[in-house]
Amino acid sequence: MSNVGLIIKRELGSYLRTPSGYFIAAGVLLLDGLLFNAFALGEEPQLSSDVLRIFFYWAGIVTMLGGVVFSMRLLAEERWTGTDVLLFTSPIREGEVVLGKYLSALIFLTALTLLSLYLPALIFVNGKVSWGHIGAGYLGMVLLGATTLAVGTFASALTKNPFLAVLLSGLFVGLLELCWPLGQIAEPPLTEVLSYVALHTKHFSPFQRGLLQLSDVVFYLGMIYLSLLAATKVLASQRWR
Amino acid sequence: MIVVDRVSKYYGRNAAVRDLDFRIEEGECVGFLGLNGAGKSTTLRLLSCLLLPTSGRVTIRGFDVEEQPHEIRKLIGYLPDEPPLYPEMRVEEFLRFAGKLRRMDAEKLAARLPKVMAQTGLEQVRDQTIGTLSHGYQQRVGIAQAIVHEPALLILDEPIQGLDPVQIVEMRALIRSLRGEHTILLSSHILSEIEQTCDRILMLHDGRIVAQGTEDELIHGAAEGPAGYREALSAHWVELEVRGDEPDVRAALALEGVEIVELTRGSGDVLRVKVKSVTEARELIASRVVQAGLGLRGLKRTTSALEDVFVRLSQGESEEEEVRA
Repeated sequence: MSNVGLIIKRELGSYLRTPSGYFIAAGVLLLDGLLFNAFALGEEPQLSSDVLRIFFYWAGIVTMLGGVVFSMRLLAEERWTGTDVLLFTSPIREGEVVLGKYLSALIFLTALTLLSLYLPALIFVNGKVSWGHIGAGYLGMVLLGATTLAVGTFASALTKNPFLAVLLSGLFVGLLELCWPLGQIAEPPLTEVLSYVALHTKHFSPFQRGLLQLSDVVFYLGMIYLSLLAATKVLASQRWR
Repeated sequence: MIVVDRVSKYYGRNAAVRDLDFRIEEGECVGFLGLNGAGKSTTLRLLSCLLLPTSGRVTIRGFDVEEQPHEIRKLIGYLPDEPPLYPEMRVEEFLRFAGKLRRMDAEKLAARLPKVMAQTGLEQVRDQTIGTLSHGYQQRVGIAQAIVHEPALLILDEPIQGLDPVQIVEMRALIRSLRGEHTILLSSHILSEIEQTCDRILMLHDGRIVAQGTEDELIHGAAEGPAGYREALSAHWVELEVRGDEPDVRAALALEGVEIVELTRGSGDVLRVKVKSVTEARELIASRVVQAGLGLRGLKRTTSALEDVFVRLSQGESEEEEVRA
């Protein structure tokens, strides 16, 4: 088994054996259910596709929150408990540690996201939506969650305090999202630049409507790559401190 | 095996270690002795590739810590002051994970695990969750993870910290049992720990090596160290138990080259006296005490001679710095 695979296996085992994994899972699923009931179903009759779109809007935000909270379980916790020493005195590269921790959290968050599938399935009781719409929405949620997690991994590399990692991660994700309203009031070319980095409003909206656009996928993958690269560089630089 | 060449490590303007210069040969068991904050852990972290020196060079078996950390990591097993354990894992599962991290193949690992668990006394708790183990057992798991891959160099940072007396004895025996299999570097601020387990001692104070050598060399002055410490190192240390009054004892021991370092009252009218002399003076001291009509209850070359040297070196260094300031 590769070093990355080894870390993923250990981490997933840890998610299932410690309360924090279950707390995050319960929180995410509870919020998904409440928000689906409050906003997607609402009180007025709506088109099924609108119900699904609104569900994805809120579920996307919950996935982002889940990704932010996971930041605490990533690199910061490893340093907080001192177990990073085991990893960094072993013949394993910083990039492998980052990737292993990231992918294990992503697998858990993806599984968690897919557990909410029963909610859009409820739409079939009184309505009809396309499976393509559902598929695109879930792909978007996974990409959004993966990007938030990658930003969280970077935040988690910056500090050894897990709670500070969550705050930093929330701050970074919040700032990226804040770029959207700022972009609306800024002058060109800042308008386009600022609007472009909004994780949810700019790039997740098409997925909510069931549209799969290559540009959005490329944006998310690019953000993931850059964030993980930055996290790796931060870890490597810690030997100099 | 290890060459440390004028190595310094600064955190901002503060030097954690300064101009470290030493060599350690294959198979040696070397103790780093120093008070808290002396630079022991920083030194060990530099050797473990967890930190890079600000200046100077560290090589282990010819590999440079800065340029070839990956090669060095294959050679070392490291136990920091707090063992790096995942509390939710079971003992055997954790050791298997640690072995795989160190690139051991499944077959070799399967053969090695029972030996390591037997050596560290973990067989009975192999299926127990690490978080439920006592501190002593957790420390054993810490050592087991450091030796599971049979590293050439074993680095143990304060391995007895937080252990109770029984656990200390067991840990000491465990470390002794590892000698010969690995080159061992051990740090402690407790002298008896180093005395009882190591071949050679490096004394650190305020980030610098103030003396190095074997226990005997340190006590009798043949050790390497700054010139100012020679006198302290070459002293002979004697502990006496004398029945009598303090002024009479002081008068009896008022000899050239003999200095009373410490005088405390024991039970009844017995005084405990710690004496330093330039030359071997046990016979002379004994005869003077008897001639003075005092009751000589006991006399021995102190087993904690090195401790006195250590404390004096540490104090001497601080005082020297105050004078410089």
